[in-house]
Amino acid sequence: MLEAQEPLPVCTFTGETRKMSETAPFTVSSFYRFVSEKRLMAAKCNECGTEILPPKPMCTNCFSTNLKWIELDGAGKLLSYTIIYVAPEQFQSMAPYTVGIVELQNGLRLPGMIRGVNPEDIKIGMKLKIGFETSTSLQWPAWTRYFFKPA
Amino acid sequence: MVNKPLVSIVSAGLSQFGRLDGMYCRELFADAAKEAYDRCPNLNPARDIEALFVGHMGESYEHQGHTGPTIADWAGLLPKPAVRIESACASSGAALRAGIFAILSGMHKVVMVGGVEKMTHRTTAEVTEFLAMASDMPFEQWNGITFPGLYALMATAHMHEYGTTEEQMARVAVKNHHNGTLNPKAHMQKEITLEKALASKVVAWPLKIYDCSLITDGASCLILTHPDLARKFTDTPVHVIGSGQASDAIGLYERKELTSLKAARLAGQDAYRMAGIKPDNVDVAEVHDCFTIAEIIAYEDLGFCDVGKGGKLMEDGVTELDGRLPVNPSGGLKSKGHPVGATGTAQAYEIYLQLTAQAEKRQVDGAEVGLSHNVGGSGATACVHIYRRD
Repeated sequence: MLEAQEPLPVCTFTGETRKMSETAPFTVSSFYRFVSEKRLMAAKCNECGTEILPPKPMCTNCFSTNLKWIELDGAGKLLSYTIIYVAPEQFQSMAPYTVGIVELQNGLRLPGMIRGVNPEDIKIGMKLKIGFETSTSLQWPAWTRYFFKPA
Repeated sequence: MVNKPLVSIVSAGLSQFGRLDGMYCRELFADAAKEAYDRCPNLNPARDIEALFVGHMGESYEHQGHTGPTIADWAGLLPKPAVRIESACASSGAALRAGIFAILSGMHKVVMVGGVEKMTHRTTAEVTEFLAMASDMPFEQWNGITFPGLYALMATAHMHEYGTTEEQMARVAVKNHHNGTLNPKAHMQKEITLEKALASKVVAWPLKIYDCSLITDGASCLILTHPDLARKFTDTPVHVIGSGQASDAIGLYERKELTSLKAARLAGQDAYRMAGIKPDNVDVAEVHDCFTIAEIIAYEDLGFCDVGKGGKLMEDGVTELDGRLPVNPSGGLKSKGHPVGATGTAQAYEIYLQLTAQAEKRQVDGAEVGLSHNVGGSGATACVHIYRRD
Protein backbone atom coordinates (compact mmCIF):
# COMPACT_ATOMS: atom_id res chain seq x y z
CA MET A 1 0.00 0.00 0.00
CA LEU A 2 2.88 2.33 0.73
CA GLU A 3 4.02 1.99 -2.86
CA ALA A 4 0.61 2.91 -4.21
CA GLN A 5 0.47 6.06 -2.12
CA GLU A 6 3.77 7.39 -3.42
CA PRO A 7 3.35 9.83 -6.31
CA LEU A 8 3.68 8.04 -9.63
CA PRO A 9 6.45 9.12 -11.98
CA VAL A 10 5.90 12.27 -13.93
CA CYS A 11 3.63 12.06 -16.98
CA THR A 12 4.61 9.34 -19.40
CA PHE A 13 4.48 11.44 -22.54
CA THR A 14 6.47 14.49 -21.53
CA GLY A 15 10.18 15.15 -21.60
CA GLU A 16 10.20 15.01 -17.83
CA THR A 17 9.80 11.24 -17.97
CA ARG A 18 13.32 10.83 -19.26
CA LYS A 19 14.53 12.90 -16.37
CA MET A 20 12.63 10.65 -14.01
CA SER A 21 14.14 7.63 -15.77
CA GLU A 22 17.60 8.86 -15.11
CA THR A 23 17.08 9.46 -11.43
CA ALA A 24 14.82 6.57 -10.36
CA PRO A 25 16.68 4.27 -7.97
CA PHE A 26 17.76 0.95 -9.51
CA THR A 27 15.25 -1.16 -7.60
CA VAL A 28 12.54 -3.70 -8.35
CA SER A 29 10.03 -1.13 -7.06
CA SER A 30 11.18 1.34 -9.71
CA PHE A 31 10.84 -1.41 -12.35
CA TYR A 32 7.18 -1.84 -11.37
CA ARG A 33 6.58 1.92 -11.27
CA PHE A 34 7.70 2.00 -14.89
CA VAL A 35 5.35 -0.94 -15.58
CA SER A 36 2.51 1.18 -14.21
CA GLU A 37 3.48 3.69 -16.93
CA LYS A 38 3.43 0.87 -19.53
CA ARG A 39 7.19 0.92 -19.92
CA LEU A 40 9.58 -2.03 -19.72
CA MET A 41 12.87 -0.77 -18.30
CA ALA A 42 16.18 -2.42 -17.45
CA ALA A 43 19.39 -1.08 -15.93
CA LYS A 44 22.60 -0.70 -17.93
CA CYS A 45 26.09 -0.25 -16.52
CA ASN A 46 27.82 2.86 -17.87
CA GLU A 47 31.22 1.33 -17.11
CA CYS A 48 31.12 -2.18 -18.62
CA GLY A 49 27.91 -2.07 -20.64
CA THR A 50 26.20 -5.00 -18.90
CA GLU A 51 22.41 -4.88 -19.11
CA ILE A 52 20.77 -5.86 -15.85
CA LEU A 53 17.26 -7.28 -15.46
CA PRO A 54 15.91 -7.37 -12.80
CA PRO A 55 17.55 -4.02 -12.11
CA LYS A 56 20.11 -4.06 -9.30
CA PRO A 57 21.65 -1.04 -7.55
CA MET A 58 25.16 -2.25 -8.38
CA CYS A 59 26.49 -3.86 -11.54
CA THR A 60 27.09 -7.49 -10.57
CA ASN A 61 29.65 -7.82 -13.39
CA CYS A 62 32.03 -4.91 -12.51
CA PHE A 63 30.56 -3.63 -9.21
CA SER A 64 30.04 -0.11 -10.54
CA THR A 65 27.08 1.96 -9.35
CA ASN A 66 27.34 4.19 -12.43
CA LEU A 67 24.13 2.92 -14.08
CA LYS A 68 21.39 4.18 -16.34
CA TRP A 69 17.88 3.04 -17.25
CA ILE A 70 17.23 1.76 -20.75
CA GLU A 71 13.83 1.08 -22.27
CA LEU A 72 13.22 -2.30 -23.91
CA ASP A 73 10.82 -2.75 -26.81
CA GLY A 74 9.02 -5.59 -25.03
CA ALA A 75 9.37 -8.05 -27.93
CA GLY A 76 10.63 -11.50 -27.16
CA LYS A 77 10.46 -15.22 -27.78
CA LEU A 78 9.22 -17.99 -25.55
CA LEU A 79 11.91 -20.19 -23.99
CA SER A 80 9.69 -22.50 -21.95
CA TYR A 81 6.17 -22.66 -20.54
CA THR A 82 3.85 -24.56 -18.24
CA ILE A 83 0.13 -24.60 -17.60
CA ILE A 84 -0.62 -24.20 -13.92
CA TYR A 85 -3.65 -26.14 -12.68
CA VAL A 86 -2.96 -26.10 -8.93
CA ALA A 87 -2.58 -22.41 -8.15
CA PRO A 88 -1.86 -20.34 -5.06
CA GLU A 89 -4.99 -18.98 -3.42
CA GLN A 90 -4.90 -15.51 -5.01
CA PHE A 91 -4.58 -17.01 -8.52
CA GLN A 92 -7.10 -19.85 -8.17
CA SER A 93 -9.89 -18.04 -10.03
CA MET A 94 -7.60 -17.81 -13.11
CA ALA A 95 -6.48 -21.49 -13.17
CA PRO A 96 -5.58 -23.14 -15.42
CA TYR A 97 -3.29 -20.41 -16.70
CA THR A 98 -0.10 -20.40 -18.74
CA VAL A 99 3.19 -18.96 -17.56
CA GLY A 100 6.49 -18.89 -19.38
CA ILE A 101 10.00 -17.53 -19.51
CA VAL A 102 10.53 -14.99 -22.27
CA GLU A 103 13.81 -13.91 -23.81
CA LEU A 104 13.75 -10.20 -24.57
CA GLN A 105 16.24 -8.17 -26.59
CA ASN A 106 19.94 -8.72 -25.85
CA GLY A 107 19.23 -11.98 -24.00
CA LEU A 108 17.46 -10.39 -21.03
CA ARG A 109 14.72 -12.59 -19.60
CA LEU A 110 11.54 -12.30 -17.61
CA PRO A 111 8.94 -14.81 -16.49
CA GLY A 112 5.27 -13.98 -16.80
CA MET A 113 1.76 -15.05 -17.65
CA ILE A 114 0.97 -15.66 -21.30
CA ARG A 115 -2.48 -14.45 -22.27
CA GLY A 116 -4.55 -14.40 -25.41
CA VAL A 117 -3.44 -17.77 -26.79
CA ASN A 118 -4.89 -21.27 -26.35
CA PRO A 119 -2.58 -23.61 -24.42
CA GLU A 120 -2.54 -26.05 -27.37
CA ASP A 121 -1.29 -23.29 -29.69
CA ILE A 122 1.66 -22.37 -27.48
CA LYS A 123 5.04 -23.30 -28.93
CA ILE A 124 8.55 -22.85 -27.62
CA GLY A 125 10.20 -20.17 -29.76
CA MET A 126 6.97 -18.31 -30.58
CA LYS A 127 7.14 -14.53 -30.72
CA LEU A 128 5.53 -12.65 -27.87
CA LYS A 129 5.28 -9.06 -26.74
CA ILE A 130 4.71 -7.51 -23.39
CA GLY A 131 1.36 -6.18 -22.20
CA PHE A 132 0.53 -4.15 -19.13
CA GLU A 133 -2.40 -4.40 -16.77
CA THR A 134 -4.33 -1.23 -16.25
CA SER A 135 -5.25 -1.83 -12.62
CA THR A 136 -2.88 -2.06 -9.71
CA SER A 137 -3.13 -4.72 -7.04
CA LEU A 138 -4.24 -3.36 -3.69
CA GLN A 139 -2.40 -6.12 -1.88
CA TRP A 140 1.22 -5.54 -0.85
CA PRO A 141 3.47 -4.85 -2.74
CA ALA A 142 0.79 -3.07 -4.81
CA TRP A 143 2.59 -3.31 -8.13
CA THR A 144 1.02 -3.21 -11.58
CA ARG A 145 1.50 -6.51 -13.40
CA TYR A 146 2.92 -7.01 -16.86
CA PHE A 147 2.16 -10.10 -18.96
CA PHE A 148 2.95 -11.50 -22.39
CA LYS A 149 0.72 -11.96 -25.46
CA PRO A 150 1.25 -13.17 -29.03
CA ALA A 151 3.16 -10.65 -31.14
CA MET B 1 42.57 -32.91 0.88
CA VAL B 2 41.98 -35.58 -1.76
CA ASN B 3 40.69 -38.84 -0.31
CA LYS B 4 41.27 -37.72 3.24
CA PRO B 5 38.11 -37.96 5.33
CA LEU B 6 36.79 -34.52 6.30
CA VAL B 7 34.71 -35.79 9.19
CA SER B 8 33.24 -39.11 10.27
CA ILE B 9 29.61 -39.96 10.86
CA VAL B 10 29.48 -42.11 14.00
CA SER B 11 25.71 -42.34 14.27
CA ALA B 12 22.51 -41.30 12.54
CA GLY B 13 18.80 -41.15 13.25
CA LEU B 14 15.56 -40.71 11.33
CA SER B 15 12.03 -40.24 12.63
CA GLN B 16 9.14 -41.98 10.96
CA PHE B 17 8.23 -39.99 7.83
CA GLY B 18 4.57 -39.37 7.12
CA ARG B 19 1.54 -37.61 8.44
CA LEU B 20 2.25 -37.65 12.14
CA ASP B 21 -0.70 -35.92 13.78
CA GLY B 22 0.09 -34.11 17.01
CA MET B 23 3.86 -34.45 16.56
CA TYR B 24 5.58 -31.13 15.95
CA CYS B 25 9.19 -30.28 15.11
CA ARG B 26 10.55 -30.66 18.62
CA GLU B 27 9.03 -34.12 19.12
CA LEU B 28 9.95 -35.26 15.60
CA PHE B 29 13.57 -34.27 16.13
CA ALA B 30 13.69 -35.94 19.56
CA ASP B 31 12.56 -39.15 17.83
CA ALA B 32 15.44 -38.96 15.33
CA ALA B 33 17.96 -37.99 18.04
CA LYS B 34 16.90 -40.95 20.20
CA GLU B 35 17.68 -43.37 17.38
CA ALA B 36 21.09 -41.76 16.87
CA TYR B 37 21.86 -42.00 20.61
CA ASP B 38 20.72 -45.64 20.79
CA ARG B 39 22.89 -46.56 17.83
CA CYS B 40 25.97 -45.22 19.58
CA PRO B 41 26.19 -46.49 23.16
CA ASN B 42 29.78 -45.28 23.52
CA LEU B 43 28.58 -41.70 23.17
CA ASN B 44 27.28 -39.71 26.11
CA PRO B 45 25.16 -37.11 24.29
CA ALA B 46 25.01 -34.47 27.03
CA ARG B 47 28.74 -34.71 27.63
CA ASP B 48 30.12 -35.37 24.16
CA ILE B 49 27.96 -33.42 21.72
CA GLU B 50 29.27 -29.87 21.73
CA ALA B 51 26.99 -28.07 19.26
CA LEU B 52 23.84 -28.53 17.18
CA PHE B 53 23.18 -27.29 13.63
CA VAL B 54 19.58 -27.87 12.59
CA GLY B 55 18.19 -27.32 9.11
CA HIS B 56 14.66 -25.94 9.09
CA MET B 57 12.97 -24.04 6.32
CA GLY B 58 9.88 -22.34 7.66
CA GLU B 59 8.69 -20.92 10.95
CA SER B 60 5.31 -20.25 9.32
CA TYR B 61 4.13 -23.85 9.66
CA GLU B 62 4.16 -23.85 13.47
CA HIS B 63 4.46 -20.14 14.19
CA GLN B 64 7.71 -21.10 15.91
CA GLY B 65 10.98 -19.40 15.25
CA HIS B 66 14.23 -19.66 17.23
CA THR B 67 14.44 -23.31 16.22
CA GLY B 68 18.04 -24.03 17.33
CA PRO B 69 17.62 -23.93 21.12
CA THR B 70 14.08 -25.34 20.93
CA ILE B 71 15.37 -28.44 19.20
CA ALA B 72 18.45 -28.60 21.48
CA ASP B 73 16.13 -28.63 24.50
CA TRP B 74 14.03 -31.54 23.24
CA ALA B 75 17.16 -33.42 22.13
CA GLY B 76 18.64 -33.08 25.62
CA LEU B 77 21.51 -30.90 24.43
CA LEU B 78 21.04 -27.75 26.52
CA PRO B 79 23.14 -25.64 27.15
CA LYS B 80 25.17 -26.43 24.02
CA PRO B 81 25.19 -23.82 21.23
CA ALA B 82 22.45 -24.50 18.69
CA VAL B 83 21.54 -22.67 15.51
CA ARG B 84 19.02 -23.07 12.74
CA ILE B 85 20.39 -23.15 9.21
CA GLU B 86 17.99 -22.10 6.46
CA SER B 87 18.60 -22.81 2.76
CA ALA B 88 15.08 -23.79 1.69
CA CYS B 89 14.93 -27.52 0.84
CA ALA B 90 18.74 -27.71 1.17
CA SER B 91 18.65 -26.53 4.79
CA SER B 92 20.06 -29.70 6.30
CA GLY B 93 22.57 -30.27 3.49
CA ALA B 94 23.85 -26.85 4.51
CA ALA B 95 23.63 -27.82 8.20
CA LEU B 96 25.84 -30.83 7.46
CA ARG B 97 28.40 -28.48 5.94
CA ALA B 98 28.19 -26.22 8.99
CA GLY B 99 28.98 -29.26 11.12
CA ILE B 100 31.95 -30.13 8.90
CA PHE B 101 33.28 -26.58 9.31
CA ALA B 102 32.83 -26.79 13.09
CA ILE B 103 34.87 -30.01 13.30
CA LEU B 104 37.54 -28.95 10.79
CA SER B 105 38.03 -25.59 12.52
CA GLY B 106 39.02 -27.49 15.64
CA MET B 107 36.40 -25.58 17.61
CA HIS B 108 34.33 -28.70 18.31
CA LYS B 109 35.17 -32.40 18.55
CA VAL B 110 31.65 -33.83 18.24
CA VAL B 111 28.57 -32.11 16.81
CA MET B 112 25.04 -33.06 15.87
CA VAL B 113 23.65 -31.90 12.53
CA GLY B 114 20.15 -32.52 11.29
CA GLY B 115 16.93 -31.11 10.01
CA VAL B 116 13.23 -31.08 10.66
CA GLU B 117 9.93 -29.93 9.16
CA LYS B 118 6.30 -30.27 10.21
CA MET B 119 3.99 -29.70 7.25
CA THR B 120 0.91 -31.94 7.15
CA HIS B 121 -1.20 -29.98 9.65
CA ARG B 122 -1.53 -27.15 7.11
CA THR B 123 -3.78 -27.04 4.05
CA THR B 124 -2.22 -27.73 0.64
CA ALA B 125 -2.82 -24.07 -0.28
CA GLU B 126 -0.91 -22.92 2.80
CA VAL B 127 1.97 -25.34 2.21
CA THR B 128 2.13 -24.23 -1.46
CA GLU B 129 2.38 -20.63 -0.31
CA PHE B 130 5.04 -21.33 2.34
CA LEU B 131 7.17 -23.36 -0.08
CA ALA B 132 6.84 -20.65 -2.74
CA MET B 133 8.74 -18.32 -0.40
CA ALA B 134 11.88 -20.13 -1.57
CA SER B 135 11.30 -18.78 -5.09
CA ASP B 136 11.74 -15.24 -6.39
CA MET B 137 8.97 -13.03 -5.00
CA PRO B 138 8.88 -10.01 -7.36
CA PHE B 139 8.82 -11.93 -10.64
CA GLU B 140 7.96 -15.60 -9.98
CA GLN B 141 5.55 -15.57 -7.04
CA TRP B 142 4.04 -12.26 -8.20
CA ASN B 143 3.19 -13.83 -11.57
CA GLY B 144 1.51 -16.90 -10.07
CA ILE B 145 4.38 -19.32 -10.68
CA THR B 146 4.33 -22.18 -8.18
CA PHE B 147 7.14 -24.58 -7.28
CA PRO B 148 5.75 -27.36 -9.46
CA GLY B 149 5.46 -24.61 -12.09
CA LEU B 150 9.20 -23.85 -11.93
CA TYR B 151 10.16 -27.51 -12.34
CA ALA B 152 7.53 -27.81 -15.08
CA LEU B 153 9.31 -24.99 -16.93
CA MET B 154 12.51 -27.06 -16.69
CA ALA B 155 10.64 -30.19 -17.81
CA THR B 156 9.12 -28.48 -20.86
CA ALA B 157 12.54 -27.15 -21.85
CA HIS B 158 14.17 -30.58 -21.30
CA MET B 159 11.50 -32.30 -23.40
CA HIS B 160 11.92 -29.72 -26.16
CA GLU B 161 15.72 -29.79 -26.16
CA TYR B 162 16.45 -33.49 -25.59
CA GLY B 163 13.23 -35.32 -26.35
CA THR B 164 12.71 -36.38 -22.75
CA THR B 165 9.23 -37.85 -22.35
CA GLU B 166 6.47 -37.77 -19.76
CA GLU B 167 6.83 -41.54 -19.60
CA GLN B 168 10.52 -41.32 -18.68
CA MET B 169 9.62 -38.93 -15.88
CA ALA B 170 6.82 -41.24 -14.70
CA ARG B 171 9.34 -44.11 -14.57
CA VAL B 172 11.27 -42.18 -11.90
CA ALA B 173 8.09 -42.12 -9.80
CA VAL B 174 7.44 -45.85 -10.33
CA LYS B 175 11.03 -46.70 -9.34
CA ASN B 176 11.05 -44.53 -6.23
CA HIS B 177 7.64 -45.77 -5.11
CA HIS B 178 8.92 -49.33 -5.45
CA ASN B 179 11.98 -48.52 -3.33
CA GLY B 180 9.73 -46.85 -0.78
CA THR B 181 7.84 -50.11 -0.25
CA LEU B 182 11.12 -51.53 1.09
CA ASN B 183 11.63 -48.68 3.57
CA PRO B 184 9.54 -49.00 6.75
CA LYS B 185 10.08 -45.30 7.49
CA ALA B 186 8.82 -44.08 4.11
CA HIS B 187 5.70 -41.92 3.99
CA MET B 188 4.00 -43.71 1.09
CA GLN B 189 4.90 -47.41 1.00
CA LYS B 190 2.86 -48.15 -2.08
CA GLU B 191 3.70 -49.38 -5.58
CA ILE B 192 2.35 -47.33 -8.46
CA THR B 193 2.07 -48.27 -12.12
CA LEU B 194 3.28 -46.29 -15.10
CA GLU B 195 -0.31 -46.04 -16.36
CA LYS B 196 -1.51 -44.64 -13.03
CA ALA B 197 1.31 -42.11 -12.86
CA LEU B 198 0.68 -40.93 -16.41
CA ALA B 199 -3.08 -40.66 -15.87
CA SER B 200 -2.84 -38.75 -12.60
CA LYS B 201 -4.12 -35.21 -12.15
CA VAL B 202 -2.10 -32.44 -13.79
CA VAL B 203 -0.52 -30.03 -11.30
CA ALA B 204 1.57 -27.92 -13.68
CA TRP B 205 1.75 -29.44 -17.15
CA PRO B 206 3.73 -31.59 -17.96
CA LEU B 207 4.01 -32.50 -14.26
CA LYS B 208 1.25 -34.58 -12.72
CA ILE B 209 0.56 -35.41 -9.11
CA TYR B 210 2.80 -38.51 -9.29
CA ASP B 211 5.66 -36.38 -10.57
CA CYS B 212 5.61 -34.42 -7.30
CA SER B 213 7.19 -35.27 -3.95
CA LEU B 214 5.10 -35.49 -0.80
CA ILE B 215 4.12 -33.05 1.92
CA THR B 216 5.55 -34.86 4.91
CA ASP B 217 6.46 -34.53 8.59
CA GLY B 218 9.87 -35.78 9.63
CA ALA B 219 13.29 -35.25 11.16
CA SER B 220 16.79 -36.57 10.58
CA CYS B 221 20.17 -36.24 12.26
CA LEU B 222 23.80 -37.30 12.16
CA ILE B 223 26.53 -37.27 14.80
CA LEU B 224 29.85 -36.09 13.40
CA THR B 225 33.32 -36.21 14.81
CA HIS B 226 36.93 -35.83 13.70
CA PRO B 227 38.14 -38.93 11.79
CA ASP B 228 40.86 -39.47 14.42
CA LEU B 229 38.21 -39.79 17.13
CA ALA B 230 35.66 -41.88 15.23
CA ARG B 231 36.83 -45.26 16.56
CA LYS B 232 36.24 -44.06 20.10
CA PHE B 233 32.52 -44.05 19.35
CA THR B 234 31.93 -46.80 16.81
CA ASP B 235 33.57 -49.63 14.88
CA THR B 236 31.65 -48.71 11.73
CA PRO B 237 32.10 -45.00 10.99
CA VAL B 238 31.17 -43.59 7.60
CA HIS B 239 33.48 -40.87 6.37
CA VAL B 240 32.47 -37.73 4.54
CA ILE B 241 35.19 -37.38 1.91
CA GLY B 242 33.80 -34.59 -0.26
CA SER B 243 31.55 -31.59 0.29
CA GLY B 244 30.47 -29.02 -2.27
CA GLN B 245 27.95 -26.22 -2.18
CA ALA B 246 27.15 -23.50 -4.72
CA SER B 247 24.63 -20.71 -5.25
CA ASP B 248 22.76 -19.48 -8.30
CA ALA B 249 20.21 -16.76 -9.08
CA ILE B 250 17.04 -17.14 -7.02
CA GLY B 251 14.96 -16.66 -10.17
CA LEU B 252 15.01 -19.52 -12.68
CA TYR B 253 14.52 -16.94 -15.45
CA GLU B 254 17.84 -15.26 -14.59
CA ARG B 255 19.85 -18.40 -15.36
CA LYS B 256 21.34 -19.17 -18.75
CA GLU B 257 20.17 -22.79 -18.73
CA LEU B 258 16.73 -24.14 -17.95
CA THR B 259 17.66 -27.81 -18.40
CA SER B 260 20.46 -28.07 -15.81
CA LEU B 261 21.16 -26.71 -12.32
CA LYS B 262 24.51 -24.98 -12.49
CA ALA B 263 24.79 -24.85 -8.69
CA ALA B 264 24.40 -28.64 -8.54
CA ARG B 265 27.03 -29.14 -11.25
CA LEU B 266 29.50 -26.91 -9.42
CA ALA B 267 28.77 -28.46 -6.02
CA GLY B 268 29.22 -31.91 -7.54
CA GLN B 269 32.51 -30.98 -9.21
CA ASP B 270 33.88 -29.62 -5.92
CA ALA B 271 32.77 -32.71 -4.01
CA TYR B 272 34.25 -35.11 -6.59
CA ARG B 273 37.53 -33.19 -6.65
CA MET B 274 37.77 -33.18 -2.86
CA ALA B 275 36.93 -36.88 -2.65
CA GLY B 276 39.33 -37.75 -5.46
CA ILE B 277 36.72 -39.86 -7.24
CA LYS B 278 34.77 -39.81 -10.49
CA PRO B 279 31.03 -40.25 -11.02
CA ASP B 280 31.48 -43.91 -12.03
CA ASN B 281 33.06 -44.65 -8.63
CA VAL B 282 29.70 -43.95 -6.94
CA ASP B 283 27.94 -47.14 -5.79
CA VAL B 284 24.72 -45.60 -4.47
CA ALA B 285 23.20 -42.11 -4.55
CA GLU B 286 20.36 -40.21 -2.95
CA VAL B 287 19.33 -37.30 -5.18
CA HIS B 288 16.85 -34.49 -4.73
CA ASP B 289 13.79 -35.79 -6.60
CA CYS B 290 11.41 -33.05 -5.46
CA PHE B 291 9.90 -33.59 -8.92
CA THR B 292 10.64 -36.47 -11.27
CA ILE B 293 12.33 -34.17 -13.79
CA ALA B 294 14.69 -33.07 -11.00
CA GLU B 295 16.03 -36.64 -10.68
CA ILE B 296 16.61 -36.84 -14.45
CA ILE B 297 18.44 -33.49 -14.39
CA ALA B 298 20.42 -34.65 -11.33
CA TYR B 299 21.74 -37.68 -13.28
CA GLU B 300 23.16 -35.27 -15.86
CA ASP B 301 24.43 -32.63 -13.42
CA LEU B 302 26.25 -35.28 -11.38
CA GLY B 303 27.84 -36.87 -14.43
CA PHE B 304 25.99 -40.20 -14.12
CA CYS B 305 25.24 -39.84 -17.84
CA ASP B 306 25.80 -37.39 -20.67
CA VAL B 307 23.85 -34.15 -20.87
CA GLY B 308 20.38 -34.82 -22.25
CA LYS B 309 20.54 -38.58 -21.59
CA GLY B 310 18.97 -38.61 -18.12
CA GLY B 311 15.62 -39.89 -19.38
CA LYS B 312 17.36 -42.70 -21.24
CA LEU B 313 19.41 -43.64 -18.15
CA MET B 314 16.15 -44.06 -16.23
CA GLU B 315 14.54 -46.00 -19.07
CA ASP B 316 17.54 -48.37 -19.27
CA GLY B 317 17.06 -49.31 -15.61
CA VAL B 318 20.58 -48.24 -14.58
CA THR B 319 19.28 -46.42 -11.50
CA GLU B 320 16.87 -49.14 -10.33
CA LEU B 321 17.70 -50.86 -7.05
CA ASP B 322 19.21 -53.79 -8.97
CA GLY B 323 20.85 -51.57 -11.59
CA ARG B 324 24.48 -50.56 -11.97
CA LEU B 325 23.98 -47.30 -10.02
CA PRO B 326 20.96 -47.43 -7.70
CA VAL B 327 19.53 -43.95 -7.09
CA ASN B 328 17.16 -43.15 -4.23
CA PRO B 329 17.02 -46.61 -2.64
CA SER B 330 15.20 -44.96 0.30
CA GLY B 331 12.28 -44.09 -1.97
CA GLY B 332 13.55 -40.54 -2.34
CA LEU B 333 11.55 -37.41 -1.73
CA LYS B 334 8.94 -38.95 -4.00
CA SER B 335 7.86 -41.80 -1.74
CA LYS B 336 9.90 -41.57 1.48
CA GLY B 337 8.62 -37.98 1.65
CA HIS B 338 10.00 -34.45 1.68
CA PRO B 339 9.87 -32.71 5.06
CA VAL B 340 11.91 -29.97 3.46
CA GLY B 341 14.32 -29.03 6.27
CA ALA B 342 14.95 -32.70 7.10
CA THR B 343 15.71 -33.91 3.59
CA GLY B 344 19.47 -33.24 3.30
CA THR B 345 20.46 -35.22 6.37
CA ALA B 346 17.75 -37.82 5.67
CA GLN B 347 19.63 -38.52 2.43
CA ALA B 348 22.87 -38.79 4.43
CA TYR B 349 21.10 -41.16 6.86
CA GLU B 350 20.21 -43.48 3.99
CA ILE B 351 23.78 -43.41 2.67
CA TYR B 352 25.02 -44.13 6.22
CA LEU B 353 22.74 -47.21 6.38
CA GLN B 354 23.82 -48.34 2.90
CA LEU B 355 27.55 -48.01 3.62
CA THR B 356 27.22 -49.84 6.95
CA ALA B 357 25.10 -52.61 5.37
CA GLN B 358 22.07 -51.81 7.51
CA ALA B 359 19.60 -50.97 4.74
CA GLU B 360 17.91 -54.40 4.95
CA LYS B 361 15.56 -55.14 2.04
CA ARG B 362 16.83 -52.21 0.00
CA GLN B 363 20.54 -52.84 0.66
CA VAL B 364 22.81 -52.18 -2.31
CA ASP B 365 25.26 -55.07 -2.12
CA GLY B 366 28.82 -54.10 -1.40
CA ALA B 367 28.23 -50.34 -1.49
CA GLU B 368 31.44 -48.55 -0.55
CA VAL B 369 31.02 -45.04 -1.93
CA GLY B 370 27.81 -43.00 -1.66
CA LEU B 371 26.67 -39.56 -2.77
CA SER B 372 23.91 -37.19 -1.68
CA HIS B 373 22.56 -34.30 -3.76
CA ASN B 374 20.35 -31.78 -1.95
CA VAL B 375 18.81 -28.82 -3.78
CA GLY B 376 17.22 -25.68 -2.35
CA GLY B 377 14.36 -24.02 -4.20
CA SER B 378 14.55 -24.28 -7.96
CA GLY B 379 18.34 -24.61 -7.75
CA ALA B 380 19.60 -21.41 -6.11
CA THR B 381 21.31 -23.67 -3.55
CA ALA B 382 22.83 -27.09 -4.06
CA CYS B 383 24.86 -29.24 -1.66
CA VAL B 384 26.61 -32.42 -2.74
CA HIS B 385 28.33 -34.76 -0.29
CA ILE B 386 30.37 -37.88 -0.95
CA TYR B 387 30.84 -40.63 1.62
CA ARG B 388 32.83 -43.82 1.93
CA ARG B 389 32.76 -46.64 4.39
CA ASP B 390 35.70 -47.14 6.76
